[in-house]
Amino acid sequence: MYVAVKGGERAIENAHALLADVRRGDRAVRELSLAQIDNQLALGVDRVMCEGSLYDRELAALAIKQARGDLIEAIFLLRAYRTTLPRFGACEPFEPDAMDVRRRISATFKDLPGGQVLGPTFDYTHRLLDHELTEERETPAAPTTPAKTAQFRSVGDLLADDGLIECETSLDAEPRDLTREPLSFPAGRDLRLQNLARGDEGFLLALAYSTQRGYGRNHPFAGEIRYGEIDVEFFAEDLGFAVPLGTVAVTECQMINQFKGNAKEAPCFTRGYGLAFGQSERKAMAMALVDRALRARELGEEAGAPAQDEEFVLSHSDNVQATGFVEHLKLPHYVDFQSELGLLRQLRAEFAARETDEHISMAQDAAE
Amino acid sequence: MSATGYNFAYLDEQTKRMIRRAILKAIAIPGYQVPFASREMPMPYGWGTGGVQVTASILGPDDVLKVIDQGSDDTTNAVSIRKFFVKTAGVRTTTSTSEATVIQTRHRIPETALTENQVLVYQVPIPEPLRFLEPREVETRRMHALSEYGLMHVKLYEDIARHGHIATTYAYPVKVDDRYVMDPSPIPKFDNPKLNDCPALQLFGAGREKRIYAIPPYTQVVSLDFEDHPFEPYRHDAACELCGATSSYLDEVITDDQGTRMFVCSDTDYCEIRRSSDGQERVTEEVQP
Repeated sequence: MYVAVKGGERAIENAHALLADVRRGDRAVRELSLAQIDNQLALGVDRVMCEGSLYDRELAALAIKQARGDLIEAIFLLRAYRTTLPRFGACEPFEPDAMDVRRRISATFKDLPGGQVLGPTFDYTHRLLDHELTEERETPAAPTTPAKTAQFRSVGDLLADDGLIECETSLDAEPRDLTREPLSFPAGRDLRLQNLARGDEGFLLALAYSTQRGYGRNHPFAGEIRYGEIDVEFFAEDLGFAVPLGTVAVTECQMINQFKGNAKEAPCFTRGYGLAFGQSERKAMAMALVDRALRARELGEEAGAPAQDEEFVLSHSDNVQATGFVEHLKLPHYVDFQSELGLLRQLRAEFAARETDEHISMAQDAAE
Repeated sequence: MSATGYNFAYLDEQTKRMIRRAILKAIAIPGYQVPFASREMPMPYGWGTGGVQVTASILGPDDVLKVIDQGSDDTTNAVSIRKFFVKTAGVRTTTSTSEATVIQTRHRIPETALTENQVLVYQVPIPEPLRFLEPREVETRRMHALSEYGLMHVKLYEDIARHGHIATTYAYPVKVDDRYVMDPSPIPKFDNPKLNDCPALQLFGAGREKRIYAIPPYTQVVSLDFEDHPFEPYRHDAACELCGATSSYLDEVITDDQGTRMFVCSDTDYCEIRRSSDGQERVTEEVQP
């Protein structure tokens, strides 16, 4: 006789053993090193650090290896590790102007102080599969030249000199942290930006794209995109001054958007802001567009598009939450399903009984 | 023995304090959803992170833990969560309902009556009973604050108008202590009467949605209904084919390709006790860390 399923524990252990086995794959192929992942799959590492909210290249590389290249799974691993780490405090705010720039472009000015610095980019490459990469081969070092400028002023600030763009007001209060307190609505811009920075790149990309196609259009220009390294400092109470913690690579995007103005304010440009760990331009740009879309209400604009809906965007941007809940449908639901089955059978029986009754009464009508 | 490098029951003590404060508030306001700073756990959202955080915060070294999913101790996720606590807290575990001091559950309330010495921790996917009527949190919180539950009654009424029945079969909404409408988590409505006047403390944890709520012991919990359409728990009209129980909740199992079915108790511990020769509880299987 069939007995209700047993043996879950052994089955799980065996499944995990099999996972470890296929993760390694063909033993004749050399095993991936973390250094290889860090160096040669660097943009994947960047994304995992960004959405995993933890800046550690080695751990991110480990997560990617453990997750068999599934980046959302790797992000999840990194987040679950991050949550166990003690928190000493928050770093000092850093000024992107002080960035050691590796790439800096503006789409709004042909030339600007510091110039356009292309840096390492896929832009302008022809997307032709390079069959020479199939085999291992020597890659010559790229030519270099000393930088002309040490500091690049941001395009936003250049426009602000003429009063053409809104001035950002600094937040006096300590920025809030959605990993330490539950998100409530309406959320301030600090929490919104934190949420977007951790948000899924694909989700933000689609939302940003939708604003360009008319669902919450706000006429964006890529004022400036920059990528480089920046020093992070921490104010040590014991010492009474800020000490350097190290450097992080970040990508910053400042979008410049139209604003029609209203009775109180003259027309001027407004800003959308994106910041992401590593070289993550797509993410930073999408974030800036969505940030600006979410400011619709604050700026008195009509706000009916999905990208302008704060609750909708912020509640669904986190891919660790989303993947968990979507994939939880794999868990057993026998109990709920049985309840539904019972009701459905009852409703169908009642429906059939009604039909039979109607047939009988129709037959009676015809006979009369 | 606990896993090295991690605190007892995984969460650090600061986080546990934060969660305990939320639990205390939840107990003080029965049925009210208390926001809490839910942590990322090493299992996915939607797989019991809320229940796991609540359990981790209330668990002591002397507790005896039971974990069930769909009424069974042996379903994959129940096994995984039980092993998690064996590994991180080293507590004793059991499959016996009466022996456990903390029971974490997904989708069921055990058939065996609970006692004052027990805590039942529910895993909750969507804590907001009004969510599918009103998607916005700002709105639903306002509705709770004003006890504005008309929308829910309209929904139940529309069910009756359309189907002749209230068409909610699980996660059937209840009113707690005559104040808050609450989602009892996706337990079958068969289990709803067990929520009422229960001697055990009932805690509900929703990790992804960052909410904790509670039913203190001996609290009145009423399933929503109408005078002319009173609440009715549903049960398959059959007896368990393994133990012969006629009052337990049943799982329907398909046994061959011809669609032959049999009904068995969903609560495996309850079924096993009934089947053991003397009707006594068997010796606990201890999982060694």
